[in-house]
Amino acid sequence: MAASPPNSMTVREPWLDPSAEPYIRIEQVTKCFGEFVAVSDVSLNIYRSELFCLLGGSGCGKTTLLRMLAGFEEPSSGKIFIDGIDMSGIPPYERPVNMMFQSYALFPHMTVEQNVGFGLKMEGKAKSEIADRVAAMLKLVSMTQYGKRKPHQLSGGQRQRVALARALIKQPKLLLLDEPLGALDKKLREQTQFELVNLQEKLGVTFVVVTHDQEEAMTLASRIGVMDHGRIVQVGTPKEIYEFPNSKYVAEFIGSVNLFEGQLIEDKADHVRISCSELDQPVYVAHGISAAPQARLWVAIRPEKIHLSLEKPAQHENWTRGIVKEIAYMGDLSVFLVLLASGKTVRVTRPNMWRHEHEQMTWEQEVFLHWHDSSPVVIGA
Amino acid sequence: MSSRVSWSRLSALVFGFAFLYIPILSLVVYSFNRSKLVTVWGGFSTQWYGKLFENTQILDAAWLSLRIAAINATGATLIGTFAGLALARFGRFRGRTLLSGMTTAPLVMPDVITGLSLLLLFVAMEQAFGWPAGRGVTTITIAHITLTLSYVAVIVQSRMATLDGSLEEAAMDLGARPVKVFLQVTLPMIAPALVSGWLLAFTISLDDMVIASFVSGPGSSTLPMVIYSKVRLGVSPDINALATIMVGLVTLGVITAGLFMFRKERLRIRDMQLAVSAS
Repeated sequence: MAASPPNSMTVREPWLDPSAEPYIRIEQVTKCFGEFVAVSDVSLNIYRSELFCLLGGSGCGKTTLLRMLAGFEEPSSGKIFIDGIDMSGIPPYERPVNMMFQSYALFPHMTVEQNVGFGLKMEGKAKSEIADRVAAMLKLVSMTQYGKRKPHQLSGGQRQRVALARALIKQPKLLLLDEPLGALDKKLREQTQFELVNLQEKLGVTFVVVTHDQEEAMTLASRIGVMDHGRIVQVGTPKEIYEFPNSKYVAEFIGSVNLFEGQLIEDKADHVRISCSELDQPVYVAHGISAAPQARLWVAIRPEKIHLSLEKPAQHENWTRGIVKEIAYMGDLSVFLVLLASGKTVRVTRPNMWRHEHEQMTWEQEVFLHWHDSSPVVIGA
Repeated sequence: MSSRVSWSRLSALVFGFAFLYIPILSLVVYSFNRSKLVTVWGGFSTQWYGKLFENTQILDAAWLSLRIAAINATGATLIGTFAGLALARFGRFRGRTLLSGMTTAPLVMPDVITGLSLLLLFVAMEQAFGWPAGRGVTTITIAHITLTLSYVAVIVQSRMATLDGSLEEAAMDLGARPVKVFLQVTLPMIAPALVSGWLLAFTISLDDMVIASFVSGPGSSTLPMVIYSKVRLGVSPDINALATIMVGLVTLGVITAGLFMFRKERLRIRDMQLAVSAS
């Protein structure tokens, strides 16, 4: 495999390049509504052409942060820069930013064409130019034949496309999307996710997406910022967030995870050993960690990274004994709930690659759970 | 069993309708009475309609009432809309509770008190700076606007409360300044509320006698005032004819509006079904 030239690397992952200039700079932004702190001291750099997802549960402050980027709310303290320009005091109608609303907010008294052309009309563009650009935009989102319809004559997916076209037509420096796929049914959502990513790559517009759906964030994002109680708790690529969560909150929020409380018993530069009271054998991790000796820690293991076997594993670490309590057949995979001697229930998912593969695994069967020494993630308590 | 239930329901229905409409019906019937005596049937005739159109006093009063009602409705809609808008959209500004209370106060204030206080105000104003000179059409219109703008404000405010606020934000986000947002997005959205507010203000003004009696002057008697003063001298059948015409107009208006709304709703539902089945 040929080594990729270094500059293509910086284009794809500008956040790794210390000399790269961030396109959107959020500096120590705090927003309070009376006593309630919605966003608390958030600093964040977003780079040109990124598709950045703000992920978090309801009330975590992600929408407030988005509304501050749009200009609907002013930060109580801190500053936001877009393309080097301080946005303080600049009203929404003067920002080089457009937003796609969760409810789509299509104007019900206007046709699709009038909705899409609204932004250009407000700029005072000539009628012929508006018509041309609206036509081009509707073509881009495959809605050409619906131009004369009113929003109530469209299905949910069509409305979503119109809202997207309306937000993109002014060629914003930054497009904000508030739960862009929240109102669509599951099948349409999956299809639309990929369309959205393709469109973003084609246009090169910087996207900031707010979502509570971790699967959506994983599919869409170049990077994810996980938010909790008004703070950004972790920023990273979907893979980093999933494989190396930096806190219990992130580990539990992204996908499902088995967490075991433990104590550091051996701390070497190339490996550590952790004793967990809930597991029969100690956990061996094949890399060093930075933690105080004897520290209380959490060990996180993803359900798909645990193997099941009927024979006792040969090694001394990284396994435990349990009894199968539940088996759920999900089609592409099976979920096993295994009860350990300590009373802890562990979730294990195995792919159903072959038919009848797991047939010897039945209810009340004693099994051994084991995992590779690269699978556990150690999280500070 | 079911026949017993339906009998009781039917009688309740008949009683209800009779209670509501027999007075109006008798009025309509007696407008076609040949006899001059209102309570004695003397055969069918349309003579009172002819008499009505010769009675310039009633026709003038009706025309005056319609003019006042139209001006009042327009003025009340204008001011009431801004009041409703401020209450619904400008958040918790200083004095909001006061404004809210003061706009809705005329709704619960007895007409007699409103009328009397306005009369005192107009007299005091005339003495202080000579305007309004005497009582007449102007004072009635101002008094009616005072009363009806609160109805408009309440209607507009409740319409705004159900409106998706993100529509206005979306317009602003797309580069519309606040005035443009109002004209291009908010106004078309609340137009139905403005129409119903206008109609309500029109009706209330047309109907009002108490306040108008207080603040009217010589030569500015509205229709209700003329009818009332005529009836005091004995009911004359041409009043019945006038009332019949008014009932007829209102009925026509209500039926037309109902049909229009019904057809619009049916079309909307059909469109939505088409959109869903097409996708």
